[in-house]
Amino acid sequence: MSIWAQAWEFLSTGVNWTGQNGLTRPTFDGGWRFANDSILALSIEHLYMSFAAVALAALTALPLGITLGHARRGGGLTVALSNVSRAMPTLALLTLFAASAIGFGNRAVILAAAIFAFPLILTNAFTGISDVDADVREAAEGQGLTRLQVAVRVELPLAWPLIAAGLRTSASQTVATVPLAALVAGGGLGVIINTGLATQRYGEVLAGGVLVAALTLAVDAGLGALQRRLTPRYRRTTSLVSA
Amino acid sequence: MEDAPPNPWLSWRYVESNWSELSAQLANHATLTLQAVAIALALAFPLAVLARNVPWLTRPILGFTGVLYTIPSLALFALLAPFTGIGRTTVLIGLVVYALLVLVRNIIAGLEGVDRDVVDAARGLGYSRLRLLWGVELPNALPSIVAGLRIATVTTVALVTVGVVVGYGGLGQLMFRGFQSNYRAQIATSSILSLLLALVLDLTIVMVARASMPWARSRRAS
Repeated sequence: MSIWAQAWEFLSTGVNWTGQNGLTRPTFDGGWRFANDSILALSIEHLYMSFAAVALAALTALPLGITLGHARRGGGLTVALSNVSRAMPTLALLTLFAASAIGFGNRAVILAAAIFAFPLILTNAFTGISDVDADVREAAEGQGLTRLQVAVRVELPLAWPLIAAGLRTSASQTVATVPLAALVAGGGLGVIINTGLATQRYGEVLAGGVLVAALTLAVDAGLGALQRRLTPRYRRTTSLVSA
Repeated sequence: MEDAPPNPWLSWRYVESNWSELSAQLANHATLTLQAVAIALALAFPLAVLARNVPWLTRPILGFTGVLYTIPSLALFALLAPFTGIGRTTVLIGLVVYALLVLVRNIIAGLEGVDRDVVDAARGLGYSRLRLLWGVELPNALPSIVAGLRIATVTTVALVTVGVVVGYGGLGQLMFRGFQSNYRAQIATSSILSLLLALVLDLTIVMVARASMPWARSRRAS
């Protein structure tokens, strides 16, 4: 049987979606975890881990980026951070965490994914705010707006397209990165890929890869639609190579 | 637990006694990266020129490279394995695929960013299309291409580590084994080496680019 047929069989079998015993499993300490044999449960876990990572990154990076951008200071810092994060292998961070007090499992993976989402959100927030036309800022200040009002009512709306693009790109990147969690005993759709690899059922590996790619594209499309709705019409531009 | 042997993050003794393995994996890592980026660049350039010159091909090419990027690296390496076997070729193909996207996008952006007046002037001087591309557009797009090359190289260094799923992850091999045996020195040393490799390659590109773009240097100096 070809790999494609195997993948189709895996994906078209109902019990693979719902799991043998439902979406959750009790743990020994009375809690619960997502079932490892259910595509639905693993997808929900995958989305939850990605969302938690991006939210954690956004909650720290946005205020910092907006503040630094408003002060037009710290440009070198943001560039350096994004360069280092590109060079740092995700696997290195995950294994470093695992051997330290942070440990492994989902919480460590969320933290690692947040660290990788952080620089992109920070850079875009910083660039968006600090690139606002100086004349526009001066005009706003001349009309008697306070610094806070300038930041919230002038700079933020003008920087929004770039900030939104940063959030969107980092979200889809995170969804595509979280599968690595399976290498260090984490959950999410990577579990399907890793299990398939370990048991040499490559159809399942393919199915897992297709599921992650579909989830990434869906998240990107969903956030893209949201981004368009939240962007004022006069700020909508179409560029061929906008990230 | 008090009798537990020390498990330091940094240990010179580890580096000394495992240098042959460390250097072998470092060499693997470096050659894989260079080979992948070179192949990706050779493929990306014609693709980008094609995408720019044939308008109805632009969206499909960008869309295709975009979709490739959403495939998790873990799955791509694992999936290539049954076809190309366990080992170097598999990792290389995966790395080329991921480097392509960054390069194609940046080359297109660079070519699109060339001043229209400059192109018009060259055309007025009777430049052929090929000479226009090679002698005018390419040098003008070089900063953007170099930027893409730097990103592609640095991300490739990081991505090689995922090759561990097919047993050919360069320094990632050591990271993963360190994880399995909770050997801190092994994880930390291979992580640092991988960061250093990215830094060295990045700096090399910057310096080569500077040497090959004397006009950019003089502009900044004046």
